[in-house]
Amino acid sequence: MLNAVSDHTPRDREVPAGKPAVTLDEHIVEVVSDSGEGAQKCGQSFGSIAAKMGNGIWTVEIIPAEIQPPARSIAGASGSRVRFASHPVTNVGDYADLVVAFNEQVLLGRVEANELKPGCIIVLESKWRTDPHPGIAASYAQTHAKLVDRGYRVYEVPMEQECLKYVADPRRGKNMFALGLLCSIYSLDLQMGRDQVAFAFAKKDASVIGANVRLLEAGHQWAEENLDIKFRIPASKPREPQIVVNGNIALGLGVLASGMEICAMYPITPATAASHYLSDVFEDAGGLVHQAEDEIAACCFAIGASYAGKCAVTITSGPGYSLKQEAIGLAVMAEIPLVVVDVQRGGPSTGQPTKAEQGDLLSACFGSHGDAPKVVMAAATIEDCFYSMITARRIAELFNMVVVVLSDANLATAQQPFPRPRFDEAWPAAPTDQSRVPRGMKPYDWDARTGLARRFIPGQPGGMYCLTGLAHDRESHVAYDPRSNEEGIRHRSLKLAALQKTLKTPPVYGDEEGDLLVVGWGSTKGAIEEAVARVRAEGKKVSSMHMKFLQPMPSGVKEALRRFKKVMTVENSWCDRLDDDVIDDDNRRFSNLAWLMRARYLVDIDCWSEVMGQPTKPGTIAQIIREKLQ
Amino acid sequence: MAEPMPVCLLRLEDENHGLEDYQRGVPRWCTGCGDNAILAAVQRVCRSEQVAPEKTVFISGIGCSSRFPHYMNAYGFHGIHGRALPVAEGLKMIRPDLHVFVSTGDGDCCSIGTAHWIHAIRYNMDMTVVLHDNQIYGLTKMQASPTSPRGLKTKTSPRGAYLEALNPLTVTLGVPNISFVAQGVDWIPEILHDLISLAFQHKGFSFVRVLQRCPEYLPEAFDPWVKDPARTLLLTHKDGIEPSPGLTKTYRNQEVHDPLNIDRAREIASMSDPIPVGVLYRNRDVPRYEDTRDTKRYTPDAIQHVLERELDKFTIWPAD
Repeated sequence: MLNAVSDHTPRDREVPAGKPAVTLDEHIVEVVSDSGEGAQKCGQSFGSIAAKMGNGIWTVEIIPAEIQPPARSIAGASGSRVRFASHPVTNVGDYADLVVAFNEQVLLGRVEANELKPGCIIVLESKWRTDPHPGIAASYAQTHAKLVDRGYRVYEVPMEQECLKYVADPRRGKNMFALGLLCSIYSLDLQMGRDQVAFAFAKKDASVIGANVRLLEAGHQWAEENLDIKFRIPASKPREPQIVVNGNIALGLGVLASGMEICAMYPITPATAASHYLSDVFEDAGGLVHQAEDEIAACCFAIGASYAGKCAVTITSGPGYSLKQEAIGLAVMAEIPLVVVDVQRGGPSTGQPTKAEQGDLLSACFGSHGDAPKVVMAAATIEDCFYSMITARRIAELFNMVVVVLSDANLATAQQPFPRPRFDEAWPAAPTDQSRVPRGMKPYDWDARTGLARRFIPGQPGGMYCLTGLAHDRESHVAYDPRSNEEGIRHRSLKLAALQKTLKTPPVYGDEEGDLLVVGWGSTKGAIEEAVARVRAEGKKVSSMHMKFLQPMPSGVKEALRRFKKVMTVENSWCDRLDDDVIDDDNRRFSNLAWLMRARYLVDIDCWSEVMGQPTKPGTIAQIIREKLQ
Repeated sequence: MAEPMPVCLLRLEDENHGLEDYQRGVPRWCTGCGDNAILAAVQRVCRSEQVAPEKTVFISGIGCSSRFPHYMNAYGFHGIHGRALPVAEGLKMIRPDLHVFVSTGDGDCCSIGTAHWIHAIRYNMDMTVVLHDNQIYGLTKMQASPTSPRGLKTKTSPRGAYLEALNPLTVTLGVPNISFVAQGVDWIPEILHDLISLAFQHKGFSFVRVLQRCPEYLPEAFDPWVKDPARTLLLTHKDGIEPSPGLTKTYRNQEVHDPLNIDRAREIASMSDPIPVGVLYRNRDVPRYEDTRDTKRYTPDAIQHVLERELDKFTIWPAD
């Protein structure tokens, strides 16, 4: 998507000295380093400055699984990717246009992962060329030559050497020097850079901020004087206030705004950052983050709190979600409202803790033994992460149900601006009626049509009953007769149908009919829609639809599917490939959503998936669409 | 126009709870099951403390003992195996005004729920926890439990239990923040009542282990102790229990034990014969998690204030 316009923009106050800037529509920039060298902070700060200038941005983190992976290793690449543009962006995009690398090995990691565009600009720390260790110096020289040979435009920058002029330990400051380089290369407002440094180090004292600002300025000046590359990506300031946060912080803000008072959790990647953020701010508003002794305890703590008051939330990732299953079943059986957030990662088992995957949809829908109907919804954007918490609590309390909200490692660390939420007093409303329970009212007085019953809360006079995970009748007495068991199962199932009647049909992106409909869920939304837009621009009749509610699915979906000749899902959960010898129609396993939709709609829905641990590129999806249309 | 009833009379009628106000249904435990003795003791404590039934929650896991909440006229929560304590903690956190009782068994507490038990001690939240310890799995019909004596023949250990029994008293007394430990036996109901009463009054995590007989699977397990009062060590103290003269005449093996003395408490906890009965440890100064973590309860204003403050940090404002 590089639409470089090679006109030379006239100088103005934002392009300080000397060089004219090339105006671009968008660029994808990566900053990679060994773990602990601060490339993530550099990339995020760069993204924030661009966003504040009014560029569309999407940032994702490049995270190694270990805290201190070996230095200078291909697998140890840590950093950040920023896609920024003159227009809003909804996903991480395709291939990098420019990479800043602190050593050649982490850079090789990105090259081998095929993340760089041909001819990509590389800004490389040059100190390794003269490293006292001959092996390192040789490796650097070799890699450098190879990259130049492959046509990459490599700029060697003596980052640490320059930083040494300002700080004693350049390894701890060169990320801000690199930020300065980027500010110059992309003609960003240096004052906004200084403000951003102050924000990024807000918890440190003034001398730390001062030192980092000096490094920022030094990087900027060095690039101005030594680099012949300068770009400008036009920005337009938003008309409405926007907020820039990642998905995990959006989740935390959403919990706060939803009025839920208790978040019980156990540390797990990549969900924990949401709880870190909440731990910082929740108590100021009267909320509590409880770090339980394990995932099961976290879920049960939330259930205990929900049972006695407002709905509570437990936030976890795949393995923790598996551990909670029995407790979730209890909440379903006893009809205790509960919000469970699963920030998905690669699985099964420990899988890929820091990587993105969408493998938990079916376990979210069907996990827990027996018939355990629960609501499952998926956030598709950073903004969704915020609002899904408010929606989830409301549904959980209205229907006395478990609501599972799926996010993933992609959303968790990605940042994208969205309109600043306007607080609504209805969000943190008190839970259900706590007045005396009228005589004769039963704790499970299921409504024949909707399955709903009023929830009794401990402390409420006249409502005393013994909640149980055993099959029970309307009075919550243990049901020894088969009819009561069936009556309970039937009414708990009806609630899902009652909710379904209130859901809106998801809109179709593109025309309402055509040759191909691509269906997705979760964090792939932006990439799918961008791919659809590209292929539509080629004149093809393709549209897409994105499912926010996965269980129940809204009305109208079947009709939408039937208006297309072909339907396929694009997911990051595994599906067998028909070009494998042993795979055929009788044994093929489909991706999660394809399973669900084939079963419900009796439509021959195909699917395509990749489980590479990273967000699927719009270019990849566009290619899949073209092939499917042939 | 009828004369309004004096307020004091109304209050008297409302608040004077009899034993029947705490009873519900007919327990389905076996005849002679020690659970019945614990139920009677707890109901008497409720009456003597005049707790409001709707302000009281009985929480349990799974097992014979965990049927307990069904037989109390209060709010009950009969959950899943081993997880009563975290449920109780969540509830207590959000509703410190409610009285919380937890009924658990030797399998529920000392096997599947062990992690929660250890950590519940650390949290020291105000709740009364009664461990119904009959040294056997009853509901699943006679498997070895962690407290089964070594050599006990069960369906899963037909050649005798392989491992030394776990001692719940020494375990609890080894965990930081322990604040109340007592041991009672189902065959001395007077002391059982007094212990549960003290446990209820203690503001913190009160752990009462009750040795109880399982008439179905281990009917004779405690016979030597039931038949020979000399094999019971009665712990007495003005800060613990002070048994009636009748009892002290029967149970002559006594020790005046100061419940603040944790070293002696640990020695006593290690005894298996004689069986110690009484308060082993009580410390009123241990902080409670619900106080340490007390957050002023939420108001929409507070939420809005913090939300706007946080959003400000992340906001890009439009051009002026």
